[in-house]
Parts: sequence; C-alpha cells; structure tokens
Amino acid sequence: MEPTVQQFPPFRVGAAHPAHDDHGQHEHHEPNFWQKYIFSTDHKVIGIQYGFMALCFMLFGFFLMMLMRWQIAHPGVAVPLIGPLLEKILGAPAAGGAISPDLYNSFGAMHGTIMVFLGVVPLAFAAFGNYVVPLMIGAPDMTFPRINMASFHAFFLGGVVMLVSFFIPGGAAQAGWTSYSPLASTIPTNGQAFWLVGMVLLITSSLLGAVNFIATIIQLRAPGMTWMRLPFFVWAQFVTAFILLLAFPPLEAAGVLQLMDNVAHTSFFLPTGLAVGGQLADRSGGGSPLLWQHLFWFLGHPEVYVLILPAMGIVAEVIANNTRKPLWGYKSLVYSALFVGFLSFIVWAHHMYLTGMGQKIATFFQTTTMIISVPSVIILTCMFLSLWGGSIRINTPMLFALGFLPMFGIGGLTGLPLGLAASDLYLHDTYYVIAHFHYVVAPGTIFALFAGVYFWFPKMTGRRMNEFWGRVHFWCSFVFMNLVFMPMFAQGIKGMLRRMSDGAVNYSAARVPNAIDTLPGTVMELNTWILWAAIALGIAQIPFIVNLFWSIGHGDKVENDNPWGATTLDWQTPTPPPHGNFAHEPHVVRGPYEYSAPGHASDFTPQNESAENRNAESEKRKDEAPH
Amino acid sequence: MEIPYTVQNRPDTGIYNAKLGIWLFLASEVMLFGGLFSAYILLRVGAEPGMWPHGWLNVTLGTVNTLLLALSAITTLLAWAACKVRDFTKFKIFHACTILLALTFLGIKSYEYRDKLIHYEIALASGKFADGHLVEKSADFNLAKKTGTVTLHGRIVEDEKELMDLRSPAAQSAKLDEVTIAAADIKKMENYGPKHNTFTAIYFTLTGLHALHILGGTLVIFYFWAFGGAMWKKDPERFTNRIEVSGLFWHFVDLVWIFLFPVLYLT
Amino acid sequence: MSESEKPVSLQSYVRLCAVVFLVVVCTTSAMIATSFSHIGEGWTLKVALILAIAVVNAFLVAGYLMHLLSEKKLIYTVLVFTVFFFIGLMGLTVWATNGFPPGTASH
Repeated sequence: MEPTVQQFPPFRVGAAHPAHDDHGQHEHHEPNFWQKYIFSTDHKVIGIQYGFMALCFMLFGFFLMMLMRWQIAHPGVAVPLIGPLLEKILGAPAAGGAISPDLYNSFGAMHGTIMVFLGVVPLAFAAFGNYVVPLMIGAPDMTFPRINMASFHAFFLGGVVMLVSFFIPGGAAQAGWTSYSPLASTIPTNGQAFWLVGMVLLITSSLLGAVNFIATIIQLRAPGMTWMRLPFFVWAQFVTAFILLLAFPPLEAAGVLQLMDNVAHTSFFLPTGLAVGGQLADRSGGGSPLLWQHLFWFLGHPEVYVLILPAMGIVAEVIANNTRKPLWGYKSLVYSALFVGFLSFIVWAHHMYLTGMGQKIATFFQTTTMIISVPSVIILTCMFLSLWGGSIRINTPMLFALGFLPMFGIGGLTGLPLGLAASDLYLHDTYYVIAHFHYVVAPGTIFALFAGVYFWFPKMTGRRMNEFWGRVHFWCSFVFMNLVFMPMFAQGIKGMLRRMSDGAVNYSAARVPNAIDTLPGTVMELNTWILWAAIALGIAQIPFIVNLFWSIGHGDKVENDNPWGATTLDWQTPTPPPHGNFAHEPHVVRGPYEYSAPGHASDFTPQNESAENRNAESEKRKDEAPH
Repeated sequence: MEIPYTVQNRPDTGIYNAKLGIWLFLASEVMLFGGLFSAYILLRVGAEPGMWPHGWLNVTLGTVNTLLLALSAITTLLAWAACKVRDFTKFKIFHACTILLALTFLGIKSYEYRDKLIHYEIALASGKFADGHLVEKSADFNLAKKTGTVTLHGRIVEDEKELMDLRSPAAQSAKLDEVTIAAADIKKMENYGPKHNTFTAIYFTLTGLHALHILGGTLVIFYFWAFGGAMWKKDPERFTNRIEVSGLFWHFVDLVWIFLFPVLYLT
Repeated sequence: MSESEKPVSLQSYVRLCAVVFLVVVCTTSAMIATSFSHIGEGWTLKVALILAIAVVNAFLVAGYLMHLLSEKKLIYTVLVFTVFFFIGLMGLTVWATNGFPPGTASH
C-alpha cells in the first residue's frame, strides 16, 4: 500500500517555531524592493519574474516575425512606420528602412532562439512550474531556493547577451536557430559568439531549474501525496525537467566546441578543405559538421517535448476543472508522458534525413519516430474523452484549452510525413515544416500557456481577468493563428523554401516564366495574406496585454481562495499564497481529480479534505481571514 | 519557513535534498562529458589515415597528475569520514591536503599547457617541416616583413606525417638539435595551440573544462575549509552533509580524469 | 545520513582508502604498460584494453569513494537512465556518421 500520513515527520519546523535562530531574523524584518522582487528566493516571485520576462521576450520575438513577414511579402520595400527607427538603431543593415538579407537572417535566427529558449520554455517550464508545482505538491518552497534564484539570474543574463548581440558590429547571429556549422563559424559577425555565450547561460539556467524541480517533486511532496496522487501537471513538469537535465548538456558541450571554433579558430565542426568566399580557410580542418547537427538535435528534438508537455499539463488541469469530472485515463496519461520523455531521446536524427544517412540508421529513427506518436495520441485522446459526458463550463481558460486540442492535433498529424524519410526529403526545408512546428508551438503550446495565465491569475493576484476581453482575445487569436499558418502548408507543398529573405520571388513563375515547377502567382499572393493575418494576430494580443495589467488592480475580486472550485492543493492555499505557502501542512488523502464524487455535497473534493479537517479548516479560515 | 529534509533523510526516499540534487547535477555532467567524448570519438575516427597524433603528451606528468587526483579523492573521503566521527581537526588536515594536491595538479597542468604553446611547427618554403620548442626569436623577427630568424630546439622532417606518431621507432631515435630558420624561409608558423589540429583542439577543450571543474571544486572545498567553522559548531550534521556533497562532486571530477588520461595520453 | 546508521570509525575508512589507492596505482601502471606494449596490430586492441582497465578504475571510484554501492535505489534509477542515454548519444551518433552509403561521404 501507499505510505500513510503518519510515516512522515512533521516538516514545518520553522512555522512551529518562528524564532528559530538565524532564520528568525529573515522573517521579522520587512524585505526591501530588491530583496522582494529582484533577489527573491520565493518560488512564487521567481515564477512571476520568469513569466513576466518570458512574455516580454515573446512579444519581442513576435515583433521580429512581423518585420520578417513584411520583408517576405514586400521584399526590399522600406518597412512602414518603423523603418526610419530601424535604420537609426541598426544602421547599415536596415539602410533606407528596408530589411537587408543579412538582417533578415539575423531576425530569423533570433526569432527562433528567442521564442524557444527565452519565451516558451521559461514560461511553460520555469514560470508555471515554479509558481504552481510546489503549491500542487503541498511544499513550502522549492528544495533549493537560492539555486532557484541563481537560475533566474542566469536566464536574465542570457537574455541580455542575446539582445545586446543585435547592436554589435555585424549584428546578431545569422545561422538560424539551429546554428549549423560551418555556416555558423564563417559568417563575419561576432553575433554567433554572443549567441553561444547566451545559450550557455540559458542552458545553465535550465539545468539548475531542472535539478531543483526534480528534487522538489521527489523530496517535498506533502504527507500522503503519493506518486499516483500527483496532478498530471506535476507529472508533465517532472518529465520535462528530466528531459532538460539530460538532453541539454550535450548542446552545452556543442556550444563550447562551436565557441572554440569561433573564438580560438579550432576546427571541431569544420571539414578539411573548407573554402570561405572562394579562399581556402585558415583552418586545420578535420572536423565533422554532422557532429554539430547530432549534438544540436540531441537536445533539439527532446526540446519539442519540453515545449509541449507542460502545455499538456496545463490543459489537463483546466479541462478536469471545467468538465467537473475526473480526467479520463489518468494512469494512461502519466505512463504516456513518461514514455514520451524516454523515447524523445532516441528520435533526434529524423531532423537529419537529408544528410544522406544510411538506410539502416534511417530506418531505426523512422521506427522510433512513429512509435513516439503513439503516446502523444494517447494523451490527446484522453483529453478529448475527458470532455465526454462532462458538464462543461465555458470560460476563457477552458476556451484556450479546447482550442489547444484540435490545433495540437493538426500540428502533430502533419508531423508524420516529416518523420518518414521518403516524404521528408521532399518537404524538408519548405514552409510545410514551418507550418507544422508552428501549429504545435503557437496555437498549440502558446494557447495552453494563455489558458494557464487566465486560469492561475486569480491565485496569483486575488482577482480575475476580464472574461469578455478574454473571449475576444481567444476568438481573434484562434481565427488569425489559423489564417497565418494554414496557407504555409499550401506554400510548402508547392515547394516554397523557408529562409528565403525575398519570400521566394526568385523561384516565382512571374520572375522565371519558362522554368518548370516555379511557384504560381496564387502561392506568392499568400505571402500578402499571411502578412495581414499576422498583423491582425498582433492586434488581437492588445486586449490580452491590457487585460493582464488592468486586472491586477481592477479585476473582479475572487469570492474565496478557490474560485474555480478546484481539487488540487494549489487552490487550497491563502490568496495570494504567503511566503511558505500553506497555513497548515496539508495532508493528502485522495487523488487529484475528485470532481462530482457521488454522495458528496459539493461537486469537488479537495485532495486534502478529510472528514475531520473539513470543519476545522473552515473554522481556521474564518479566523485567519482578517489578517 | 524552513525547507524540509535539508539535513534529515526523507523516510520514503532515504536521502536528504542536497544529495539528490548533486547526483542529478552529476547526471547532467555525465551527459555533458558524453557529448564531448562523442566529439572525441568522431574526430579520431574521422581523421585521415596517419594524421591522428600519438605520444604528443608527457606520460610521466600525466601519471603524476593521475596519482595526485587519486590521492586528493582519498583525502576528500577521509575529510568526510572525519566529520562523521566529529573530528574537526582531522577534517582540517585532510582537506588542506586536498586543496594542496588540487593546486599542484593545476600547476602541472599549466606547465603542460605552456609546453604546448611554445612548441612550434613551421612549414618551410622548401616543403619540409621544422618542429620543436622555441629557443629564441631574433630581435628583428617579423613574419610579415620576412626579417630575422627563429631558433627552435627540435628537428626538420620531410613529411608532416612524421610528426604525428612520436611513439614510432623513427621518432624515438630522432636526434633533437637547435635549428635556426630565417623568416624568409617560413611559409607558415603555428604553435601547438588549440587551432593546430583537431587533437590539440579537443585536448585543450577537454582538459580546460576539466581544469575549470577542478578550480570550481577547489574553491568550494576551500570555502568550507576556511569558513565552515561556524556551521560546524551550530549544526555539525548539516556541515557533514555539505562535505559529503562537495566530495561527491570532487570524486566525479577525478572520475572524468580517469578517462581523460588514457584517452589523451596513452592512446 | 541518519542517526540510525551504524557507528563509523576513521580507521575503517583509512583501510578502505589504502586498498583503493593501491588498486588505482596498479590499474594506472597496467594502463601505461599496455600503452607501451606491442600487442595487437595498430591501436585497436590496445585502446580496448586500456579503456577496459579505465572502467575498472572508474568503478572503484564510483562504487567505493562515491559510496554508490551502498546508495539508495532512487539514485541508481537516475544513473541507469543517464547511462542509457549516454550510450544512446554516443552509439547512435557514431553509427549515423559511419553509416553512410558507400561513396557518398569522404570518411
């Protein structure tokens, strides 16, 4: 049987003895601004720091994308409104307010880097994980609060290094977010070195975070919180942390090696006889460009699951809460997440079919790639089945969670042709790939993240976000996301290559009328469509930004600590949770999704609610309310 | 507020937080060096026939360093054992040894680095190669202007490949002498720094990262050694845990060297 | 470490350390001897032998000095997965880079 409550020593020593030697001092004096918001060791503050920074970076990444879409739709034409500003800030690469091909390459590389490493991972893993995981498992904080703080500071520094690289001579990295060598070591800019230093900092941050998350989930679960009573969100974060822990270091190694290539002029990834600009490069040669790709994708593919698993966790919580019934197939979800995490380490070379690898190894990777789609489909199916027979409450978080399901479905299923070498050879490096992974990450993961923001906002602030504007935000985002990415499938299947700074004009039927297989006018016109859809998508985010900040001070106050009527422990704390989180150590007595239990008065039964503590808790809550 | 299980073991897992934390961190370190050793394998397997160096590093110094690290691993373990039996004086003695051994290791390592950085290979205009340690450069030595001379202690060979395997009988019996070369005869002059070839590149990177680990570990151990007294008086068990955890890191660094030594020095 | 652990003596550790250090000296000498010996054609056999000895050496350090042999199951589990992925990373990368169809890659 699972261990019972009594086996655990009471762990809230400090709460019982507030004047416990040196710790007592910290608790008595009021922390100043720096201690409270910049050098905080409280997991909730760190979570919000991560969340705020990540949202800013995502907005910035989105802005880079708008500039790129303008350039694709109107190659070489000055950017309206902000063109002169660009020229002023970036100088020659933005001469006349137009985006030069080099600048386009910088924007492309940095859009990918920022969105993945500075936007989605920090928001999905670090922000939500930090804020919610200790609350959900009934812990007073993370196991290593100061390492947690160091993790945020490394992230912040990494972000600064990335941003600074825009302003150095030559500009930011231009070799794509994948930074393939030898390209990455031969472009004449130090931006790549900045990129690598930034990445090493970001990887360090993620590693510290991952160690902390795993240790917290293993060591700090409240009494009675057994493994199969963990909410699915915690499981998702647990698997994500393991992926980060073991998949990121090889990229850190690769980053160090490429940094040596760029700074010490070694040849780890540079082949013998490399010519740059028609000249034999002054390098010893003998390196292996493919090695970079292997080390990069050893992280790169598990990274996909780093992006998607926390999102699935959020969606699971929101769906269970708003269908008012237990999640369908909790154990299948957990085992699927574990299996996805395990398998994600041995599928990476399906990004490299085009390197001409042998049939046997390609078959191996095709097989594992097809197998990994099975648990992903199980997870999605469980979530769809959870809707069946529920008394569904429609609200903004639920809308985003429901939007996630078909969007991730499209993203996942369109990935299958890319996992098979025969079809991948055709589709590789076309807009089809762009559309596929953006469906996974943008209307997929980012929708789930929006759901999370709307869902946990009342816990963080004690107020709800505005429901009307939330719905406006959802429906506009939903429509325009699809208008942005759906046409890219068509463009890609027609053979339009990605990373063309001129929007593939050189391959259009209008430019080269007599060549075969050129891009017809209809395909080229889609570039303009996508531009306008992207602009509309940008405008659709304004209600969200305003709503987010306005609601902190002016949103409707929540009626109690548990406004959504949720069962998990994160909602059984005071609002917002104080330092140390729980007024009394929670004792968990049941599973995470006891909604609409037969014979129960309310339609939800919190994980820590037992017959005895039920009355006592409500009494205490009344007592403590005035504080 | 206090975090549970910082000192005591959690009953169901049987360990305290920091021990789990350090093992997780070491797991990620295994993957970090896994990536680097993979790079080593690919570079070595991918090298053109006869172009992977053998015997370029000083086995004696490498052996001394191996034994120094093994000794320091042992004093680390004994320092922890001294904490366990609550003998702070012995702890001080053992970890003082650890720190000294680590610093000696770093000293020998930097001597080896210097030896590589003053070792030059010069491609001559005649198509031959001069190779050896720098003795002196004449005052007017300038490669770009082609003035002056450079003197090496070494030898001149017909083919670059002769410089690769220093374990071969030919290289063993070669006589080293002072050779003076005019700048005008030099096509390319390069020391055995990281950019010389893929072997020196991976040698400097692997041992450099390893040396950074040594440095970091030494700093942490020194911190506990010099400033640990206060915690020792207040909470000896917690201090003992810290020594155990830092010791685990130190043993891991030793473990990495156990593979670096044969891979770089012996094969 | 918990209070319930059986009492330790410094002497027992000193004895353990002496044995470990002796074995390390022996294995290191064995590696060097192998390296300078003339067994096998070229380096392949020697490299395999030397690495095998290094693994023994590493096992000693991990097992006794890092007291992994008496460590908890949780830590084993983490390390087993790590080693698996480590082998996957190395093995699959080497396989993929050497598995090119003949005549399509330079090495």
